[in-house]
Amino acid sequence: MFASTVSSGALVLVGAVFLACAVEMVEALTIVFAVGHTRGWRSAFEGVVVALVALSALVAAFGPALVHVPLTWLRLIVGGVLLIFGMQWLRKAILRSSGLKAKHDEDAIYQETVAELQNAATGTGRDRIAFVMAFKGVFLEGLEVVITVLTLGTSAHRLGLASLTAAIALVLVAIVGAVVAKQLSSVPENAMKMSVGVLLVTYGTFWVGEGLKVRWPGNDSFLLAFVGIYAVVCWALVALIKPKSSTNAKVNA
Amino acid sequence: MNDQPSLPVRLLKGFAMFWWDFLVGDTPELFVAALVIIGAVALVSESWHANTVAVIALPVLAIAALTISVKRASDAAKRK
Repeated sequence: MFASTVSSGALVLVGAVFLACAVEMVEALTIVFAVGHTRGWRSAFEGVVVALVALSALVAAFGPALVHVPLTWLRLIVGGVLLIFGMQWLRKAILRSSGLKAKHDEDAIYQETVAELQNAATGTGRDRIAFVMAFKGVFLEGLEVVITVLTLGTSAHRLGLASLTAAIALVLVAIVGAVVAKQLSSVPENAMKMSVGVLLVTYGTFWVGEGLKVRWPGNDSFLLAFVGIYAVVCWALVALIKPKSSTNAKVNA
Repeated sequence: MNDQPSLPVRLLKGFAMFWWDFLVGDTPELFVAALVIIGAVALVSESWHANTVAVIALPVLAIAALTISVKRASDAAKRK
């Protein structure tokens, strides 16, 4: 049966990679749309393609090298990195959910990028500014995806599954993005970031433990327990720090 | 005279800056907390061979670090 052959570890891995890639892709797409609409699509696409080639080269260079690192060390280092990275994501998502930090607003980012690009001079031939903006947007957001895929994939010995999941997320977000065009602000980004944070901290905790030879009860199944525990903690922290007077107030975007 | 650092130096600096921003950034307390958690659990697990304590301590310490960091940020935001 399908349910019995798919381990909880694989499910958590797919969820973490898919959501992390989708969130970063939404951010990159916002910048690309702003560049394309303001300065023209040709240079924007060129920037996207060159960034994707550079990211692929990074995966090709570092992916096989990571496989040769002893698994215990790899899991300890990767676990530590994911624990830090995950706690950073959760901290931001909790502060945004409680209204103490402005939500990540794709509309504002779009308008800001458009204003910046409209003020820049336009030359003839290739638009260097549009190319650089699109390249930077895709490369920097993509770098986080590459780190997530490489670290999660190699440590779980499922680099193929992690890469495939990232590719599916990339294609899906690109299709949805092309359909909804400038309405990327309707994506529930903070909820997605909260979920990714929970999954990253889950894997971080699990692999730090594995790297230090901690034996988890139920092995991979314990990942699901961590997901539940961290989700409840996040909910409790949001409720704890939410200002009483602004419970019904809308978050300043 | 050209005061600009050479390409390898700039690349190395960029690489170091990326990891600094990625791991430390504006939350150095979480970076330090992760190191403390790893050290404490290593002590419990590898030196004392207390697996049950390590199973409980690891998530509890992570939750404590997150709670302290969130509380500090929320107190600072409320003071503004």
